[in-house]
Amino acid sequence: MSLTLKLNGQTHTVDAEPGTPLLWVIRDELKLTGTKFGCGVASCGACTVHLNGEPVRSCQTYIEDVEDAEITTIEAVGDDKIGAAVQQAWVELDVVQCGYCQSGQVMSAVGLLSENSKPSVEEIDEYMSGNACRCATYQRIRAGIQRASEILEA
Amino acid sequence: MTINTSRRGFLKGAAAAGAVLLVGARPDGALAAASSETTQFNPFVKIDADGTVTAIVKHFEKGQGPATGLPTLIAEEIGLTMDQIEYEFAPSDPNVYNNLLFGPFQGTGGSTAMANSWLQYRQAGAAAREMLINAAAQSWSVDASGITIEAGIVKAGDKSAPIAEFVAAASQLEAPAEPRLKDPSEFRLIGNESVRRKDSAIKGNGQAMYAMDVHVPNQMVAMIKRPESKGGIAKGFDDSASKEVKGYINAAILPNQAGVAVYAEDTWAAIQARDALEVEWDMSGGETRDSDQIKAEIMAALESEPTYNVNKADVAAVSAAIDGADKVVEKTFYFPLLAHAPMEPLNCTIEQTAEGDIVLHDGAQMPTGPHMAYQQIFQLPPEKIHIKTMLAGGSFGRRATPDADYQVEAALAFVVTDRSRPVKLVWTREDDIRSGYYRPAFGHKVRVGLDADGNIVGWQHQIAGQSVIKGTAFEAVLVHDGVDHSSVEGVADSPYAIPGMALGLTDTPKATTVLWWRSVGHTHTAYTMETMMDLVAEAAGRDPVEFRLAHLSDSANPDQQRKAAVLKLAVEKAGWGNAPAGRSQGIAVHKSFGSYAAEVVEISGDAENGIKIEKVTCAVDCGIAVNPDVVKAQMEGGIGYGIGHVMRDQITLTSGAVDQSNFPDYEPLRIGDIAAIDVHIVPSAEAPTGVGEPGTPPSAPALANAIHAMTGTLVASHPMAENGINFV
Repeated sequence: MSLTLKLNGQTHTVDAEPGTPLLWVIRDELKLTGTKFGCGVASCGACTVHLNGEPVRSCQTYIEDVEDAEITTIEAVGDDKIGAAVQQAWVELDVVQCGYCQSGQVMSAVGLLSENSKPSVEEIDEYMSGNACRCATYQRIRAGIQRASEILEA
Repeated sequence: MTINTSRRGFLKGAAAAGAVLLVGARPDGALAAASSETTQFNPFVKIDADGTVTAIVKHFEKGQGPATGLPTLIAEEIGLTMDQIEYEFAPSDPNVYNNLLFGPFQGTGGSTAMANSWLQYRQAGAAAREMLINAAAQSWSVDASGITIEAGIVKAGDKSAPIAEFVAAASQLEAPAEPRLKDPSEFRLIGNESVRRKDSAIKGNGQAMYAMDVHVPNQMVAMIKRPESKGGIAKGFDDSASKEVKGYINAAILPNQAGVAVYAEDTWAAIQARDALEVEWDMSGGETRDSDQIKAEIMAALESEPTYNVNKADVAAVSAAIDGADKVVEKTFYFPLLAHAPMEPLNCTIEQTAEGDIVLHDGAQMPTGPHMAYQQIFQLPPEKIHIKTMLAGGSFGRRATPDADYQVEAALAFVVTDRSRPVKLVWTREDDIRSGYYRPAFGHKVRVGLDADGNIVGWQHQIAGQSVIKGTAFEAVLVHDGVDHSSVEGVADSPYAIPGMALGLTDTPKATTVLWWRSVGHTHTAYTMETMMDLVAEAAGRDPVEFRLAHLSDSANPDQQRKAAVLKLAVEKAGWGNAPAGRSQGIAVHKSFGSYAAEVVEISGDAENGIKIEKVTCAVDCGIAVNPDVVKAQMEGGIGYGIGHVMRDQITLTSGAVDQSNFPDYEPLRIGDIAAIDVHIVPSAEAPTGVGEPGTPPSAPALANAIHAMTGTLVASHPMAENGINFV
């Protein structure tokens, strides 16, 4: 079936069956590969995108449920000042290692800072607990969020 | 995001760009240079006419840092800033891009990327510098000795010009046989903590291209339906339900009958069509054992005479010394199967060009493996096979299978088609957890005797488990006198001066496919050695740090001195012995991959209500730390990898089938599990050694020793969460 998606400020007409995870429409049809496939069961967060500004796991978000939503992916999150601050902090602190989970980490970090501009360590750990990093870059993710908070405050 | 693969050469740039200076090595190792790009010359450094410098990185990047480290070496020697050098991954060429520690084999592993590239890439950079300087000397009619290159600018007195000005002339010169390498006192980039990773920005903004992101025109996605347990044979299939899936193309039994390939237009269609496929399996040759049975075999082996007397000890004398000792400390350990579970599920894309060449897009850890396998599968000479190395979303050893498992699987899924469409093989997380290769299960039994003064009089150590190396192409090189060194490393070569050591090994029968897993044998040997050191020190009534140092006291033995130095630094930085009220500390120190790491784990809470890991302090000596911040990151990651698995993870089998399937039942370390990690690097003038793996071995025993200090119980079976320890 034909569906209309509002993604990264643009309107896309896509052909997908109901029940298709948003992840695969983004990756395979729109060819935006920054959003990653890690587990397919909403357990790792690598596929995190924003739906109306809220982080969701795109592997468990179905295409028919997002027609009216504003979808933002990692490719466009840096257009926003919070996204830009997080990406700047990630580079300053060299948060990444293999990097495969980091699109999702950045999307979740932006979600956190959007609702809580100065999160405590406990709040960071709680909010980010669904984003797995097999390289264990967690210490720098925590520091990166704190640094982004500083950048935004300045 | 579409990748053009129609080009025949690998290196971008091409002849249209004008003169290019290439510096590399001939197959005999001698430095060589060329002036234009040809398929006959694969360089380490390329300088385009416009002065763009590119490091050709022979090691793949899975996060461990060679895409930063190797460019650092070249930039240092030429005289560039890190912003003035780019990187590309090398094509597959075992003669030029081989790992110097692996022979004629291109590959990354054993934490050797920097160790084997250290001189090679510096020499290439230094040769390029000398050629640019000589070209400038001719152009300016000045003596070469008065010319410098700094930040990409060639200078002599009041003359200066960017290196681009001399690329054409330099490319006509012979490469110097022995260019002068910079003295460490001249280093500006090597050892500089402010140097940033080259791949940070693209990994934070979604631009980084992993193999999973490859989309070649007209590709199909293939997934493999595999048997419930290894060894099953596909006899036939019914795809009537798969045909209901939009985008399903067809299915085919793989030539080796190990599974059925399901082809679809996209990934989601492939997932659904595979789920819907019914396969008739012949399971008569399939693995049927339970992991409990595998464990029982290992434990029984520990109670029997070992097959190999690894260190040719006088076992009877050692045993008698322990029997007659004042005190005996005895402990048996069990380590379960573990999955690697890199974040990017395994995948690769294979296509055939109009000329009949085969191109593989892969996060290729050991390009020579699939390159050799493909020569047989496709009956092609090596030059007709091309491997395009993409960024890799982790590995931890999983991508380095001696049999090139998933690349061969992709090739088999490709050869059963008419080859008109490229095939992208994709594994799901379930495939990764259930169909994988595992850290073998191992058992240790250790008996240590102490005299009345608390001195060790005998250390009888038996190890049993499945060999990683035997049965692979590496057996001839890595197995000596029947002993797979990777089963005993960390005990057999421990720097500790332990009197009366007898080390025995028994290989247990093949239980499942096993593979090196970040730090290989050290994953279990360090745990055993370092928890035993604590138990023995306790029995001797001695402080665990003092007891270790007493066995590292030979001032003429640099191995002992370096190990002792990291231990002392960790003790100092961790505030050893001064933990805040309610906290306990544990320490461990271990040498692996040429490097030394000591770690102190500090915990709070209690076993009943849950233990919290508050802080890990690490001291590492890895020789010269080329990129200190990368070294720190690798220690942080290695610690997390080691601790995460012993806390909660294991792979178990029921009737040969893997019980776990995805992250919910193979729970990764999460952000809240370790509150802080603090890494300190020992200054060193020694050549660089490993950093990818050495952080892992001491982490788990340091945690175990902290828990022992808190609870009085030493956890000797993993995972800890299933052996009486709760974590919060």
